[in-house]
Amino acid sequence: MKTSQKFFLLFGLVFAFLVVFSILVYFRILDRYFSRLLLWGAIQSIIAISLNLITGFTGQLSLGQAGFVGLGAYTTAILTTQGWPFLFALLPSLAIAGLAGFLVGWPSLRLRGDYLAIMTLGFGEIIRSLIINLPDLTGGASGFKDIPGFHPDGDLNRLFLFLGIFISFFLVLFLVVNLIRSSYGRAIISVREDEIAARSMGVDIQLVKIGAFTLSALIAGWGGALQAPFLNYLAPSSYDFLKSVDFVVIIVLGGMGSITGTILAAFGLTYLQEWLRFLGDYRMVIYPLLMILMMLFRPQGLMGGREWTLETFIRKKISDSKVGNHG
Amino acid sequence: MTLLAQVLQQVVNGLALGSIYALISLGYTMVYGIVRLINFAHGDLLTIGAFIAYFFILAVGINPITLTLAMVLAMVITPLFGYSLERFAYRPLREAPRINSLITAIGASILIENGLRVIPFIGTEFRRFPTLTLNQWVLMQNLDEHGQIIKVTVSQTQLLVFAVAALLMLVLVLIVDKTKTGKAMRATSYDMKAAALMGINVNRIVSITFIIGSALAAAAGILFASSYPQIEPYMGIMPGLKAFVAAVLGGIGSIPGAMLGGLILGLAETLTKGFISSQLSDAVVFLILIIILMVRPSGLLGQTIKEKV
Repeated sequence: MKTSQKFFLLFGLVFAFLVVFSILVYFRILDRYFSRLLLWGAIQSIIAISLNLITGFTGQLSLGQAGFVGLGAYTTAILTTQGWPFLFALLPSLAIAGLAGFLVGWPSLRLRGDYLAIMTLGFGEIIRSLIINLPDLTGGASGFKDIPGFHPDGDLNRLFLFLGIFISFFLVLFLVVNLIRSSYGRAIISVREDEIAARSMGVDIQLVKIGAFTLSALIAGWGGALQAPFLNYLAPSSYDFLKSVDFVVIIVLGGMGSITGTILAAFGLTYLQEWLRFLGDYRMVIYPLLMILMMLFRPQGLMGGREWTLETFIRKKISDSKVGNHG
Repeated sequence: MTLLAQVLQQVVNGLALGSIYALISLGYTMVYGIVRLINFAHGDLLTIGAFIAYFFILAVGINPITLTLAMVLAMVITPLFGYSLERFAYRPLREAPRINSLITAIGASILIENGLRVIPFIGTEFRRFPTLTLNQWVLMQNLDEHGQIIKVTVSQTQLLVFAVAALLMLVLVLIVDKTKTGKAMRATSYDMKAAALMGINVNRIVSITFIIGSALAAAAGILFASSYPQIEPYMGIMPGLKAFVAAVLGGIGSIPGAMLGGLILGLAETLTKGFISSQLSDAVVFLILIIILMVRPSGLLGQTIKEKV
């Protein structure tokens, strides 16, 4: 299939999805609970993709991703509460989160592996502590209340939230997938595989690492910016170390370096958490157990670095039909 | 005068807190020195130790003898957890990429925390840790210009912390420096493969390291719970992370480094709490971490290791 054909097919599918679900959401055919889960899954996917970019593709374990999310969320919350439209508030949110990522990216040139992971953890904790210590701006430990949604009217707000979150989701997907397939993306992967070999092949390690950190933080901040109007309330505890680990669980489960795996795991775990409500508090044990068991028995994750693309399905269909003709 | 007294008071408090951090960070640094793994669950062994002592003291009442017995008991039982962690979670991954063991360690940490939270008789609420009713000793006393009494005091709990920490560190140094096991531990940390070729049972040495580290963490947990008498399943996270920062600060893998790092971190924390803001102390600790990692990643007393191609 030609690239342009593929592009239009994908674009059409996305457009159809958006139209169909807009109708379902607006006319409340999907119940409120299910649609909120769907949107939350999409936000989680965006953040998990950002983490996969830096950890799965670039090979730098980040334990402070929730800090970047928090920066995006709080910046958007502060600006929209002061009357800024969401789209205008989004830009500074992305800029601040990206800048933080840029700052964290610098040490990554000197530090590797465990040390870098600890540094990102420290950075995330500093952001959380700043959120708590600036109560005039952020509401402090008791949280940021009454963040405006997208529209005062309930039905329209739901529709706009759906469109805003899913258009962001597809944009991020488009951006990251194309980035990974570009020459810059190949450079990123080469840094993960062997930094010294990559450097000797002429890969600019500085540019790759700092760029990847900045972009990853920016996308995480985007996810955070969407959380503000969606949740209407932000608490600093949603951006601590344990939340950062939640995203690590998602990419470990989905497979480091697999975008489709990340999306499956992000939605899967969001739903799993709801389905397992009957277990009560025992739910909390399942996440870490899953994490340990995955590492012991299937460290490559569910998808193991592979992707589901359009071709995966089309080729399968063609080969299926061929088998059918001959048989 | 007032300022000096305040500073001195915070120094006393900081040294007490720092001794606890030093005990915890010894476990981190020994484990890292040998298996190159940040044992994230180390802080949770502290929680387990504190809870064992809590239930024991709850059953038999509090007096100096039961507190000592509780500490011994916790230092015997907690290592079982430390050992199982190594045997069943970390050992199978020893040859795997380090990021995998790191993620497993994080998983183990959360498993212990949330596991404790769902156990019915532990649960999520904060419990008061029973403490001895102890006096404070006045080190220095003076009147300020308004006729108010300014005191620098050290509580008996703090003295207990100093004594226990010093004793345990002494025992540890003796074990590592003077015994055959200690020699094997040093050899294993220097080069695991070569040590194995020299006939050292590496698995046994790694297990012993985890056992010693867990025992120290358990003792630190009880001291921590006696100083800040409140326990709950998440209590180990912050001291654990800070002790890790202490280990990095002192130079990870270095035993004197861990002790020094612990004391510095304790001082930095109490001085921030006393003179800047009590809530910013966490931020200051992590800022120290970032600065030390940027300026001297091998730590104050650590050795620089060049990466080879």
